[in-house]
Amino acid sequence: MLAFFGYPVAKNFAMAFQKYTTSTFYTGEAPWVGLANYQAVVTSSLFSKAMLNTVLFTVGSIAGQFVIGLALAVFFRRRFPLSGLLRSLLLLPWLIPLIVSGAVWRWILDKDNGALNRFLDAVHLAPGHPGWLTSTSLALVAVILVNIWIGIPFNSTILYGGLQDIPEELYEAAALDGATGWKSFRYVTWPLLRPVVSVVLVLGVVYTIKVLDLILGLTNGGPANATETIATQSYHLSFQQFDFGQGAALSNILIAISLLFAVFYLHANRRAVDE
Amino acid sequence: MSHTLPARHHHGRRTPGWGSTAIGIAILAVMLFPVYWMLNVSLQPSGSAVGTPWLPLDLSLHGYATAISQQGRNLLTSLVVALGAVVFSLLLAAPAAYALAHFRVRIGNVFLFGILLSQMIPGIVIANALYTAYNDLGLLNSIPGLILADSTSGIPFAILIIRAFMGSIPHSIIDAARVDGAGHLRAFVSIVLPMSKNALITASLFTFLFAWSDFLFALTLTTTPDVRPVTLGLYTYIGTYVNDWSSVMATAALASVPAILLLVIAQRYIAAGATGGAVK
Repeated sequence: MLAFFGYPVAKNFAMAFQKYTTSTFYTGEAPWVGLANYQAVVTSSLFSKAMLNTVLFTVGSIAGQFVIGLALAVFFRRRFPLSGLLRSLLLLPWLIPLIVSGAVWRWILDKDNGALNRFLDAVHLAPGHPGWLTSTSLALVAVILVNIWIGIPFNSTILYGGLQDIPEELYEAAALDGATGWKSFRYVTWPLLRPVVSVVLVLGVVYTIKVLDLILGLTNGGPANATETIATQSYHLSFQQFDFGQGAALSNILIAISLLFAVFYLHANRRAVDE
Repeated sequence: MSHTLPARHHHGRRTPGWGSTAIGIAILAVMLFPVYWMLNVSLQPSGSAVGTPWLPLDLSLHGYATAISQQGRNLLTSLVVALGAVVFSLLLAAPAAYALAHFRVRIGNVFLFGILLSQMIPGIVIANALYTAYNDLGLLNSIPGLILADSTSGIPFAILIIRAFMGSIPHSIIDAARVDGAGHLRAFVSIVLPMSKNALITASLFTFLFAWSDFLFALTLTTTPDVRPVTLGLYTYIGTYVNDWSSVMATAALASVPAILLLVIAQRYIAAGATGGAVK
């Protein structure tokens, strides 16, 4: 079984040192080129752009998902009529296939006939039909917003679970000491939720950094590479330019970043278990 | 986590009432607008790309008819692949989870770490390696190839979920069975598996959903329309200039059916899967 999982990673690692292109499939030859692939992708004019986009996409998505997810979790903590039903319906954006979300949002964000622009037009907020997915300055923002929409349910579900584990008595005790509302959140909820928060954030980073389906569905990395990330760039190198060696090198860089967060994750997880 | 206890009363605090429900519904309306929009557009007559009405007053099933005639085969492919991935993943994951939970193998922790890592490996890495390997093995454009690829994400997840549950089965029950003369396999099949039913269901549902939703492997590991999951079918739809959005949205709606069914029928397993997979 270890071979089953280890194989792709090992193979990818090896491919990154090879000149692996379509001709390899005919000739069976993949000459070793050392670090040339890494050098090519890192010095490519797109690398810094893709890296910056990856960082912006990840940080923007996580910040939005987390803040809104936490607000919803706190909101749903107060049990009210139908809260259970509403909470589970909220999971829908997370459960439907990413490419479906991509298709739906693509139509909603359409420049001329999209629902969003028609709505904005109707309330006279943003006349002139901004091209959410077609303008280089807006596309990344739009992609981040859609990804926030997708990530909210996951964040709020896990955070809600964490909130449930905080004993009610603590709030009662805090209320006796005069801590209610914001204060009880600041001094009771937040410190006790911290282990769960770190797990959610790290998992969020690890999942967001490799998002590919959504970006391909919405913009395919365009316009003019405005939404190209390391993951999409790696896909384009391997499966559109058929330079599997360079694609492998770039995706290995992605693994290295994920690995860094994996260490954080285990650390956070251990702390969550200890506390 | 199910909380079937009667709602605890908040001493000295007003119990939130229908006001909160109204806010909750408003939040939900905003969050689920895209889903509504998908259904709305899917029910419109064709050719209404310009200015889709806000309500589907002029109901038409034209979109669904087109979707089924053009994507029916792809829906079937998705179904076969997803079911195959569930069977294959559980066949491997259940025994592995049992071994991890109950035999204190020294490599257990290392193995678990490996599983966590494998969840973090970007799909593009696996696609990259599998494409070249499949090319040699003749597994490109094949259903077994897709099942195998989808299982790479299904298996680790299933192991995590099932292991967490099997760890909570008391050792004494298994020991008792062993004393009665049951072998490891027998104890596993007739005691551990039935007791783990809920965990197995949760793992199956999510593995199904992962495989059904997979787009990356469908995109990279198939090159012809012969074997094409519906996610890829949808992508090729929107890849070209679209003038019939009702068919596209009908396809999207059909591709969302498993998610919606899961939410309606198997709600209680979802929260278990979400929290179990992540925090445990």
